[in-house]
Amino acid sequence: MALTREQIAQRVARELEDGFYVNLGIGIPTLVANFVPEGIEVMLQSENGLLGMGPYPTKDQVDADMINAGKETVTAATGAAIFSSAESFAMIRGGHVDLTVLGAFEVDQHGNIASWMIPKKLVKGMGGAMDLVAGAKNIICVMTHANKHGESKLLSHCSLPLTGVNCINKIVTDLAVLEVRDGAFHLLERAPGISVDEIVSKTQGKLLVPEEVPEMQFN
Amino acid sequence: MAGFNKVVSSYSEAMTGLEDGMTIIAGGFGLCGIPEGLISEIKRLQTKGLTVVSNNCGVDGFGLGILLEDKQIKKMVSSYVGENALFEQQLLAGELEVELTPQGTLAEKMRAGGAGIPAFYTATGVGTLVAEGKEIKQFNGRDYLLEPSIVGDFAIIKAWKADRYGNCVYRHTAMNFNPMAATAGKITVVEAEEIVEPGELAPSEIHTPGIYVNRVIKGEFEKRIERVVTQEQN
Repeated sequence: MALTREQIAQRVARELEDGFYVNLGIGIPTLVANFVPEGIEVMLQSENGLLGMGPYPTKDQVDADMINAGKETVTAATGAAIFSSAESFAMIRGGHVDLTVLGAFEVDQHGNIASWMIPKKLVKGMGGAMDLVAGAKNIICVMTHANKHGESKLLSHCSLPLTGVNCINKIVTDLAVLEVRDGAFHLLERAPGISVDEIVSKTQGKLLVPEEVPEMQFN
Repeated sequence: MAGFNKVVSSYSEAMTGLEDGMTIIAGGFGLCGIPEGLISEIKRLQTKGLTVVSNNCGVDGFGLGILLEDKQIKKMVSSYVGENALFEQQLLAGELEVELTPQGTLAEKMRAGGAGIPAFYTATGVGTLVAEGKEIKQFNGRDYLLEPSIVGDFAIIKAWKADRYGNCVYRHTAMNFNPMAATAGKITVVEAEEIVEPGELAPSEIHTPGIYVNRVIKGEFEKRIERVVTQEQN
C-alpha cells in the first residue's frame, strides 16, 4: 500500500535529531510536527520570523499578530524567538537551519527541484522556497512518486522551471525513501507491500537498487 | 513637526508628498503587520502608477488588495501573490506587472537598500528563472548571483508602539518585513497601535530606532486574520 500523508510525515519525522532546527513547508511537511519522536527536542522555524513554533492556538489564544509562514494562527513554544524577515532568512541562507522539509512537483537525479511554477498556469510565486533550498544543509523532499496519470515525478532532468539546483539529498514519497547522490536516485526503503518493480517502473530517472530493500515499518 | 516630534495628526499629513509613479515599500506578511490606515489613505489619494514592494498584495477588499480596485498599482515586487482574484485578473489582462522575488532576497534587498549597499551576492535563485540577466560570480567554488537592493520613495510601516522620536517596537510576528522596510524609505511613515511617551520604550528593546522614521501616526486596526486555525478545529 502506498503511504498515507500521515505515514509520509511519520517517516520523515524519523530523520529528526535531538537539537535540530527544522523548517517545515506547507502541506505534508507541516504534519511532520505531529510525529516528533519521544525524547528528542526540535525547534521549528517559520520563515515569517518565528523560531520555536508551537501548536495551533486554542480559540481563546488566537492572536492576529501570531501567524506562521502559511498565514495560519499559531503559538510560540517555550524558548521561542521572534525576529524580522531579514534575520529569518539570515538563518536560512546562512546555513543555520539543520533540516528543511518541503514539497515538490519534480525532483531529478542531480538533486534539482521544481516546486513553484507550472508554465501556462497562474504563477503565485516562490515565497521562501528558493532561499530554503539554496541555504539548508539538509533537505528532504516530500512528494508522491508519480502524478495522477502514473507519470514519474523522479526524473533524469526536471522539465518544469527549477526552484534550486543540486540541493536535494533525500526524498520520501508515498512508495519509497530514496537518497540522491552522484547523479542517481538510490533506493533505501520501500512502503509496506510495495514491490521494488513498482518503484522501478515509476522512477524515470536513474535508479540504483541494492540487493536488499527493507520495508518501512509503521505501528 | 519641529525637532523630534514626528507625530502627525492626520493621514493626509502622514502621506504628504506621495505622487503618481512613486515606489512604496510596505511592511507586512500576508495581512499580518500591515499599515491598514496608510493603505486606505493611498486609496483615498487615488495615486496611480505605483510600484509597490511588499511580500504579498493583500486579499480582495483588504490590505494592499484595495489599491487594485482602482488600478493604482502598476507593478508589484513580491515573493507570493495571487491570494486575490482581482490581482489575477489584472495580471492576466496585462494591466499589472509583477516581479516575483524570493522572500529572503526581498528582505535583503530592503535591508541592503536601507544600509546603503547597492547590491549583494546570494546563492538564492542560481540556476532558476530568477537568475536570468543577472551577473553570476563564484566565491569559494560556488555560484552566486548579484541582486540589486531597493530603496522606496515611501516606506509604510505598521508598529505596535512608537514614540514621538520615531522609535518603534513590533508585536510578535507582525514584525516580519517592517524593520527592513522602515530603513529603506526616503520618507518612512509609521502607523502605530499606540503612541507612548518618550522613555517608555526601553532603549535596549527598540526594534527600529527613530533615525529611520520621518512620520508617526496613531492608527486604528481591524487586524483581519487570513487563516484562523485552532486546536479545536484540528
